[in-house]
Amino acid sequence: MRWLDDGRPEARAELDALYPHTGNAYFIGITGHPGSGKSTLVDAFIRLCRERDLTVACIAVDPSSPFSGGAILGDRVRMNRHALDDGVFIRSVATRGNLGGLSRSTPASVQVMDAMGFDIVLIETVGVGQDEIDIVRLADTNVVVMVPGLGDDIQATKAGVMEIADIFAVNKSDLDGADRVVREIKTMLSMNESADDEDAWIPSVLKTVATHQEGLEPLFEAVEAHRDWLQAHRSDRDRDRQRIEQLVRLVISGEFDARIGRLLGTDTWKSHLEAVLDRTETPYEAADALFDEIF
Amino acid sequence: MSETQTKQSDASPPETTHRVLIGKVGLDGHDRGAKVIARALRDAGFEVIYTGLHQTPEAVAATAVQEDVDGVGISILSGAHNTLVPEIIEALEERGADDIFVFAGGIIPEDDIATLKDQGVRAVFTPGTPTREVIDFVRDACREQADNR
Repeated sequence: MRWLDDGRPEARAELDALYPHTGNAYFIGITGHPGSGKSTLVDAFIRLCRERDLTVACIAVDPSSPFSGGAILGDRVRMNRHALDDGVFIRSVATRGNLGGLSRSTPASVQVMDAMGFDIVLIETVGVGQDEIDIVRLADTNVVVMVPGLGDDIQATKAGVMEIADIFAVNKSDLDGADRVVREIKTMLSMNESADDEDAWIPSVLKTVATHQEGLEPLFEAVEAHRDWLQAHRSDRDRDRQRIEQLVRLVISGEFDARIGRLLGTDTWKSHLEAVLDRTETPYEAADALFDEIF
Repeated sequence: MSETQTKQSDASPPETTHRVLIGKVGLDGHDRGAKVIARALRDAGFEVIYTGLHQTPEAVAATAVQEDVDGVGISILSGAHNTLVPEIIEALEERGADDIFVFAGGIIPEDDIATLKDQGVRAVFTPGTPTREVIDFVRDACREQADNR
């Protein structure tokens, strides 16, 4: 997984060897605002899974500094009681400049976790607001964590994150305003076009207090209910397909970036750049020529 | 990885982003030093896995393995360093991870530093050490590690 993070070519052979062993884990995405309690909820969820003898791998994504490239990966602070449990594997990764709430390596890393034989793979996204929706293609069930007290925020997030939720967990629901958040989400959901469609999945809205392990059983049941719904309405192959599609796309764009990287600073690159500066070539003409160069 | 390199003007750019675990073991609840070091390392371009307070040596070693870090930094202010730090080194060895280097920081008497180093601790930093010094050590140790891998 380190090789995946670093984009090392050696990872390729490993992944090829592991791939036949994938396709068995159930993927759950956990996303929500910074400080909404995602890590704590993940910790509580892992505990519940372990009580039911399910093994769990978790990939926890935190942001990289745009300035130094460094990162403090602190999700484990909430989860480290599982450190000595062989049935739990936790890996922290940094976004390394990738947008969308995940690291570039995440789609491949979760394949490794799948191949390791874990029953459940949890993917905790970086805590951003609205557009971290890469997770939707990766996870079977998406849990969006909300908290009371953000007021108008619920309006702001109506697009993006709010649309990807299969389950809403209103965490810290011992705080004032939890019922209001639940009500607002339900109202929003009732306005969806699919609200009247009997076959459609209507996202569940649950209250949790992750620090006290409250509301976790209902959350687990909601995940199971969504999984049953998926199995009834969409084939395993279809669910696998969207994950694989994203992986293949990312591999291609990674290779593309690597080729651009190799092109930078070459004489060809410099000469086109100079031509653009001399106004003898437009940036678009240069890009066209350079594009042909990397294939 | 290019963003890693922008601020590292003092040396050749790393081929990888180095990963370091900063942990607190035992009973002491003072994590300011650990957080300062974690922050300084972040600003120097490292990915820092922070474990939080009250970890056992075994948990630190298990975490270091799962996270595939280059090194482990232990902050300890309780005086229990002579017991806990060697236990971490042992636990790493048991897991076949003796390639992970261990360094320590905190209130550690001069006499104990030599003992700890004999037991495999690569460096010990006492209060007042400039963070720059810690960063330079960690960077060199990570590079050396990467070369040996």
